[in-house]
Amino acid sequence: MAASFDLKNDGVVVIIGSGAGGGTLGNELAQKGIDVVILEAGARHELEDFINDEWDSFTQLAWKDKRTTSGDWRVAKDFPNLPAWIVKSVGGSTTHWAGASLRFQEHEFKAATTYGKVKGANLVDWPVTLAEMEPYYAKAEAKMGVTGTNNWPRLPGNNNFKVLKAGADKLGYKECHTGNMAINSVERDDRNSCQQTGFCFQGCKWGAKWSTLYTEIPKGEATGHLEVRPNSMVIKINHDASGKVTGVVYGDKDGKLQEQKARIVAVAGNSIESPRLLLNSESSKFPHGLANSSGQVGKNYMRHTTGSVYAIFDKPVHMYRGTTMAGIIRDEARHDPSRGFVGGYEMETLSLGLPFMAAFLNPGGWGRSFTTALDHYDHMAGLWIVGEDMPREENRITLHKDEKDEHGMPIADVHFDDHPNDEAMRNHAYKQGQALYAAVGATRTFPTPPYPSTHNLGTNRMSEKAEDGVVNKHGQSHDIKNLFVSDGSQFTSGAAENPTLTIVTLAIRQADYIAAQMSAKTI
Amino acid sequence: MVTVYEKKLVYEKKVGLSRRELLKRGGVGALLVISGSAVISPEHAWGLETSALKPETMATLIQAARDIYPHDQVPDKYYAIAVKGHDETAAKDPAHKELIEKGIAELDKKAGKGGYRGLGWEEQRVALLTDIEKTPFFQAVRGGLVVSLYNQKEVWPIFGYEGESYSKGGYIARGFNDIEWL
Repeated sequence: MAASFDLKNDGVVVIIGSGAGGGTLGNELAQKGIDVVILEAGARHELEDFINDEWDSFTQLAWKDKRTTSGDWRVAKDFPNLPAWIVKSVGGSTTHWAGASLRFQEHEFKAATTYGKVKGANLVDWPVTLAEMEPYYAKAEAKMGVTGTNNWPRLPGNNNFKVLKAGADKLGYKECHTGNMAINSVERDDRNSCQQTGFCFQGCKWGAKWSTLYTEIPKGEATGHLEVRPNSMVIKINHDASGKVTGVVYGDKDGKLQEQKARIVAVAGNSIESPRLLLNSESSKFPHGLANSSGQVGKNYMRHTTGSVYAIFDKPVHMYRGTTMAGIIRDEARHDPSRGFVGGYEMETLSLGLPFMAAFLNPGGWGRSFTTALDHYDHMAGLWIVGEDMPREENRITLHKDEKDEHGMPIADVHFDDHPNDEAMRNHAYKQGQALYAAVGATRTFPTPPYPSTHNLGTNRMSEKAEDGVVNKHGQSHDIKNLFVSDGSQFTSGAAENPTLTIVTLAIRQADYIAAQMSAKTI
Repeated sequence: MVTVYEKKLVYEKKVGLSRRELLKRGGVGALLVISGSAVISPEHAWGLETSALKPETMATLIQAARDIYPHDQVPDKYYAIAVKGHDETAAKDPAHKELIEKGIAELDKKAGKGGYRGLGWEEQRVALLTDIEKTPFFQAVRGGLVVSLYNQKEVWPIFGYEGESYSKGGYIARGFNDIEWL
């Protein structure tokens, strides 16, 4: 039975957010017998509530609260109040994610050492290595049912994959397959296998794709040590005179402010909300926000160097049928500065339904150049570029000076300027993607600009030294011992890989650390 | 209220217009005619009643919608449905009514005698739209259309998009990997 904890219970671990980081950490702690309250800003929609319709699903799941944008990135022009396409619902963005689950490469944990001095980039090495992460990656893969690991077969390739694979072969790429996906290729963990439905982004109605909503959370609740409180928007973290955090203030489902006491607070609201909360928790003791003695809270915002390439063929493809992202080429993920940039990128199959294709193919576009592309929607194939972008101090989340949300909390502004390395990488990837489809006979290709960010990273980063970042190698804040960060905002650098597997891995590892520290009574 | 009605009408009787009258009044390609507060497509047996915007404005808006997102295989009816929200908004919001009426009047003025719908070639009309593409009027029309046109389930089959698939068991037995030409 799910637990129910008193607001005044100061023995609980309070986790803010129920996605890949928060949902996993909550279950891992509950399994160890530790009492946990997860406060989730969104409502609880179960998988039968999910909708196979892009706009309706967006309305149901997306984080639509107003944000502002600035900087030279195209998203600021195309979607000025929607910098990120992430989720406000129990399960967080694990309801929406595509399932791609790749380990980081060894050198990506040592970005500063490997890439050397990159002008205009604020690179440091991670305080952890791949070797330290490997046993936890293995646990995460086993938990999530990642295909291509633990003898689970890879997913069968859909039409969009077959086009990608044919192009990869023509270009001489060697590592192309249907990916390492946290989507059941066989029934396991009391969940269905993938039925090739094609609405991965809208929430998997089969439950084949791993989401904390129907894995970690109910498992944690079954221990009697976990309570998930939906519609609970945390606006401030409180602390005592010694600087230890003591609880959080949140707006409840009726908009009333409540305070939940806590022994430990873990922030896992994704890389826009997490720094927003820390910054908004400023006090006379911490005038620049909590855990911010380094000044790095909110800085180094990364969103992966992205873009898409769509292509039209003279014969049908029906790319939208089947698993959206089960297809990858990894050859360009290597670090090879001879290409004109540091770091690398993955190419992964992607498709959008007609309504979102119209919205995202070329935002603002109109006229026949635009519409003749959509006329051949069923003859289209598509891939997504996801590559390492450079952390920059000026790319950051700040609190808006004037605008506030319904709880009186300043809304977030997201500033992002592309680094020249990002642009060089994107242009290289566009060229490769267009060449790939041309090699299979594409009659027209489209280098499609980035969508609102789905991978939001780095705004409370890990660092060896306290002056370089916000948290240590366990996600524990350098400044406050009982304050943790448990989401992608703790990423020191972005790497080329989709982030969820690494977020889950860090959460499993962090749970061990928190449990050990609690036993030792150091927190 | 705006209603889009659809019936097999005998246009001479239903709207009181002779075929000759229709052709005389006709807009582009004699496709859309105005009768009372309605825009009528006699060829395709549908009509759109307006409540706040002038029916002439609505007819021009429908043509402009097609010129912004031209899909020759998509009937006018879906463009009419896509822009009817402007009439609904105009009924509640005088500022929006003015935005649309003024915007269309400006287009008609730029087009000269015969107005926007009187321009015979799409290129001529697109040239006028290009001139105003930075204006709030154009942005309101285009921005609304990208959802209101392409989010109509009825148009999806025209583009070969199959929509919802869960209730049909996904595509695992329905062609997720049926490509044969590679």
